[in-house]
Amino acid sequence: MSAHEHDYVIRGASLVDGERTDIRIADGRIAELGTALSAAGATAIDADGLLALPGLVDLHVHLREPGFEQSETVLTGTRAAAAGGFTAVFAMANTSPVADTAGVVEQVEALGRRAGYATVRPIGAVSVGLAGERLAELGAMATSRAGVRVFSDDGHCVSDALLMRRALEYVKSFDGVIAQHAQEPRLTIGASMNESALSGELGIPGWPAVAEESIIARDVLLAEHVGSRLHICHVSTAGSVEVLRWAKARGIDVTAEVTPHHLLLTEDLVAGYDARYKVNPPLRSSEDVLALRAGLADGTIDIVATDHAPHPAEAKDCEWGAAAFGMVGLESALSVVQAAVVDSGQLDWADVARVLSYTPARIGRLSGHGVPLAVGAPANLALYDPTASRPFDVSRLAGKGTNSPYLDRTLPGSVRATFHRGYPTVLNATPLAEETVSASAEHADRAAGTRGTE
Amino acid sequence: MRHLLSTRDLSRDEAIHVLDVAENMADVATREVKKLPTLRGRTVVNLFFEDSTRTRISFEAAAKRLSADVINFSAKGSSVSKGESLKDTAQTLEAMGADGVVLRHPASGAPHVLAESGWIDAAIVNAGDGTHEHPTQALLDAFTIRRRLHGGTQRSSDGAAAHGTARGRDLDGVSVVIVGDILHSRVARSNVWLLTTLGAAVTLVAPPTLVPIGIDTWPVDVCFSLDEAIDTVRPDVVMMLRIQAERMSAAFFPNTREYGRVWGLDDARTARLAPDSMVMHPGPMNRGLEISAAAADSARSTVLEQVANGVSVRMAVLYLLLAGQGEGL
Ligand SMILES: [Zn+2]
Repeated sequence: MSAHEHDYVIRGASLVDGERTDIRIADGRIAELGTALSAAGATAIDADGLLALPGLVDLHVHLREPGFEQSETVLTGTRAAAAGGFTAVFAMANTSPVADTAGVVEQVEALGRRAGYATVRPIGAVSVGLAGERLAELGAMATSRAGVRVFSDDGHCVSDALLMRRALEYVKSFDGVIAQHAQEPRLTIGASMNESALSGELGIPGWPAVAEESIIARDVLLAEHVGSRLHICHVSTAGSVEVLRWAKARGIDVTAEVTPHHLLLTEDLVAGYDARYKVNPPLRSSEDVLALRAGLADGTIDIVATDHAPHPAEAKDCEWGAAAFGMVGLESALSVVQAAVVDSGQLDWADVARVLSYTPARIGRLSGHGVPLAVGAPANLALYDPTASRPFDVSRLAGKGTNSPYLDRTLPGSVRATFHRGYPTVLNATPLAEETVSASAEHADRAAGTRGTE
Repeated sequence: MRHLLSTRDLSRDEAIHVLDVAENMADVATREVKKLPTLRGRTVVNLFFEDSTRTRISFEAAAKRLSADVINFSAKGSSVSKGESLKDTAQTLEAMGADGVVLRHPASGAPHVLAESGWIDAAIVNAGDGTHEHPTQALLDAFTIRRRLHGGTQRSSDGAAAHGTARGRDLDGVSVVIVGDILHSRVARSNVWLLTTLGAAVTLVAPPTLVPIGIDTWPVDVCFSLDEAIDTVRPDVVMMLRIQAERMSAAFFPNTREYGRVWGLDDARTARLAPDSMVMHPGPMNRGLEISAAAADSARSTVLEQVANGVSVRMAVLYLLLAGQGEGL
């Protein structure tokens, strides 16, 4: 075996600033950039016409393990992530058991490390059992091997103002952030679509924008009062963008995310009662979609995060009322972002790198990801073909869930390859076999001198 | 018509056609033999995921008068998590060879899902879905209004039929006030679309808490005061909706006493109605709450006609969905 067995030379890719370059990957890092690099001893990859993006970072995914392995596992969820060009994901805490102790977050982190498709950073629950009553062991999770920095009761709002205040204060000691699922619970009892003329007509209990906006308004004021860092999950309304714009102008340390689906889809899709469009927060009006795009373009919204929420088929193959909330989003995220805000000219590819890589890594205090592709940087990157436009079908899905709202919709772009810590997880637009990837991960661990997982 | 899912989808001509066929069906009810052989050999399943004896027996009577085989399938309490799913039930009925499925379901849109799922080939009749629609109720209400205004078929003692002038008519110029829990009422929704399609002017009266957001896009007027609506609209029809006392606990209104005082059709309000106006109620009534006993039992009340007309209208719907195209009566 040659010493360069694990080296790659990517030929003719374009960086996000438009510069065309070859990329040599060796020892888990970007070893060389430039033209006409020698591929001696390395595997050459033709990237002519492809965009080289820093490995994408998703601050909001549901990997379902432990507890809901029929929906997704850490392995299948991170394989979906790799298929979408992601090299790091933050896994939400609403598992069973809930990720509210050091033991559970360490387990999730280790499962990710072993699978190798992407770096998994667990998100810790804010409250014990997501019950919204007592603080979970935030400090223990922060100092665990999982190194938790993001805490969220996602799926539930931390609606108790005092608990929210205490959580915001408490995580300051280890530079943590509270990621709020902003949903005033009393205003949204039984609600499953945007409250609007359409919800009144369809007879579906409405989820009013004010239920989101009022919590965001409260929480930015709380964050200001105690001088803490706050992150708002899946912002979905024009009013929320306004509140965030005001808070940022005031200097409040708040960040916010928007999902790809809230950038592209509107509530009209619910009219046929197709449960694939049932998601929380719900799809909103076209005015909201336009405000979210504008907010992302002007920096009011910091990042795009998928809220990847896989479900077994039967959870969607039923009447609207009985169906589960959520959509899978990892595999389609980049294409949807391109369709919603890049092709319209609101974001360029450097902005995409910012909202889907640099900033989410910074919010999550994740090192080794979310840095520009430069010599010496960890080789986390994706090769993306922005020209191909074709129907999105199940063959593009690499996780367990098929609850994608984009099936049979034509979307631009396709992720051709993904490199995680210097080894490929996706080549020829296809995720590599799990044995191959886990072996690569083990090799990378040994090479990096870190202890491989048991 | 392949399915009857909502009155929103019905054109004026289609709606009038259903009402006209229902007139023919009402004629059958006055014959000595109240049965037609039309649906012999066809199977109609009453699939009820929610209790409603009234609606079920009305559909059952309608199907039987058309000589269909009727299967009553009560699946109350079923859901994906506990017990059989809508999909499993539908596939079972498909395997049993159901030609028509009359579906009552607590989830809005369940009949749409059933009709579009591919799980079952049968014609689907929405018999009330969540807080969405109850199209046959609206059709029987429209039928009842039209008959009262224009006369149905009268039969003299020698059995000769004397047709009234209802056939072919719409409801142009008729003013209808619908009072009650609009937000949660599938009867109100179906009536709004159907009655306005037929040309009626509809005014909705409710406490503001029970009016859906976005009502300004509906083809109706909204009024928060029943007194004002009675005095300014001078309605031809007052339709009272059943109010559920448990709405109190969700703070929609303070208590039933206050609701009845402000939005109930009491004797004084009934007395102010025009002499030939109608008082309608889809049943079951809360006497003394949304409607006084005197109003419910007065000559204005159409409550019992609505029940009788319900069978005729449901016969018409089953006939139009299940009998071969172009078959006459
Ligand atoms: Zn959430």
